[in-house]
Amino acid sequence: MKNPKVQVDRVTKIYTGNKKNAQVLALDTTNLTIMPNEFITILGPSGCGKSTLLRIVGGLEEQTTGHVYLDGEETFGPSSNRGMVFQAYSLFPWLTVEENIEFGLKTNEMTAAQRKELVHNYIDLVQLKGFEKHYPRQLSGGMQQRVAIARALANDPEILLLDEPFGALDNQTRTLMQELLLEIWEKSNKTILFITHDVEESIFLANRVIVMTSRPGRIKADIPIDLEHPRPYSIKIDPRFLAYKEQLTELIREESLKAMMEVK
Amino acid sequence: MEKALKTKEVVKQPPLRQVPNNQNGKPRNNKWFQPQGDIPHRTYVMISITSIVLLFALWSLLTYSGLVDSLFLPTPTDIFQSGVVLFTEYGFVGDITVTVYRVLVGFAAAAIIGVPLGIFMGTFKAVEAFFEPVISAIRYMPASAFIPLFILWIGVGELEKVTIIFVGTFFSLVLMTAVEVGNVRKELLEAAYTLGRSNFGVLRSVILPASIPGIMEIIRLILGWAWSYIIVAELVASSSGIGSLILESQRMLKTGNIIFGILTIGVLGLLSDLFLKVAIRKAFPWHYGR
Repeated sequence: MKNPKVQVDRVTKIYTGNKKNAQVLALDTTNLTIMPNEFITILGPSGCGKSTLLRIVGGLEEQTTGHVYLDGEETFGPSSNRGMVFQAYSLFPWLTVEENIEFGLKTNEMTAAQRKELVHNYIDLVQLKGFEKHYPRQLSGGMQQRVAIARALANDPEILLLDEPFGALDNQTRTLMQELLLEIWEKSNKTILFITHDVEESIFLANRVIVMTSRPGRIKADIPIDLEHPRPYSIKIDPRFLAYKEQLTELIREESLKAMMEVK
Repeated sequence: MEKALKTKEVVKQPPLRQVPNNQNGKPRNNKWFQPQGDIPHRTYVMISITSIVLLFALWSLLTYSGLVDSLFLPTPTDIFQSGVVLFTEYGFVGDITVTVYRVLVGFAAAAIIGVPLGIFMGTFKAVEAFFEPVISAIRYMPASAFIPLFILWIGVGELEKVTIIFVGTFFSLVLMTAVEVGNVRKELLEAAYTLGRSNFGVLRSVILPASIPGIMEIIRLILGWAWSYIIVAELVASSSGIGSLILESQRMLKTGNIIFGILTIGVLGLLSDLFLKVAIRKAFPWHYGR
């Protein structure tokens, strides 16, 4: 039995407003165990606290109660061992593609030549050869997200956290990006935690789909996806895939309806 | 050629069905009156030139014809002659140098202290809480109203002129810089944290580079204000500089000199603005594209 990579232990998050009693329970008691090399997607309607959970694991937000462990040790605050990819516009606009990817590399542990080689390996990996000297604003949305993924990976984090990274992309680009990410995962065997509200995306990418309820956020279902790797895009019309899709669509629909009826 | 003819033919053909009313809209041939509609660049330039020519023509008409007394508004030639006389006989270059020097020293002092302070205010809430109320309050007190007080405190020398420029620009510079720095996208800071940067590392390698183009634009804007404050400063108790020349000319009823002085300030302001504009665009290609 392997040790878990990440353990989320009885984590809750309460947001406190400026007024007295204006407290919102964003995340109810949540437990989650992520094994090494797992690709987990968290599926939930918007505003269900799935981003909050991811940001707590990433150390960008502090849980109200509970603990997060990485390789058995408790984490406090953000660190380079938990890489993060945001929805959009998180590249440093004053740096070129190369320089963005190099940003997190530690200057004292590597020579300039080593860094350069590493950066170029990652540029190859995300298929951006020829765009090394471009600035982010000269790239399309999909290319920008590829740089963001390469930047997070170049640091060799223990876990890669992605917060709806393809949410702002058009459908065709999103499909291609999913395939690319899956390919990278198959090659590198990283542990990945991926947030999405897209049912198809959650199945296509994951070993396990975690479904979350809305307001307060809570884990509703934990569904292992038993589909082989490598997964071609054509698997999306496979009967087994469609069965998962039906099951998850039902689960998420209840939550979406509930969320829609609630007053903000 | 043949292709072109064909196209014309097609265009000339009547529509398949005559539209019986206006409900489908009208073809737009003239974009001049379409809200926010684009007009050709050449047309735009021509219209701009026309406006300048018209203004000049009106001025010439009023002055050369004698409709307006030259005491109030001299002819273009008179003003040109005033300029020549100012440069050749009155040492106008000296006045310009003095004025430019005062603006640059006062503004440089404001920028050297104000920009770092603004950066710290925009970055750390505690610094903002400490300085913001006082600076916001002083910002709305007109710098020119302080002139009598400054004369009382530090006399009528160079320091007083420079101080007026400083006071006129410093407070806005600080506040606007703080806002610019505070607007750096949070995702950029968070990305840097997850890439292993410390608090200080984020300030140095994210907040500074992200906000510098905006800060330079603020500097450019506020330098424009400095040119108006210097004239106010030189109108009161000054024996040198363009402002004092303007006041002197008014006593002597030399309208041409007044207008030439005003034009000079305008040109100086325009030049400094253009210089900064070009320099900023060259310095930050990632912000403005290449």
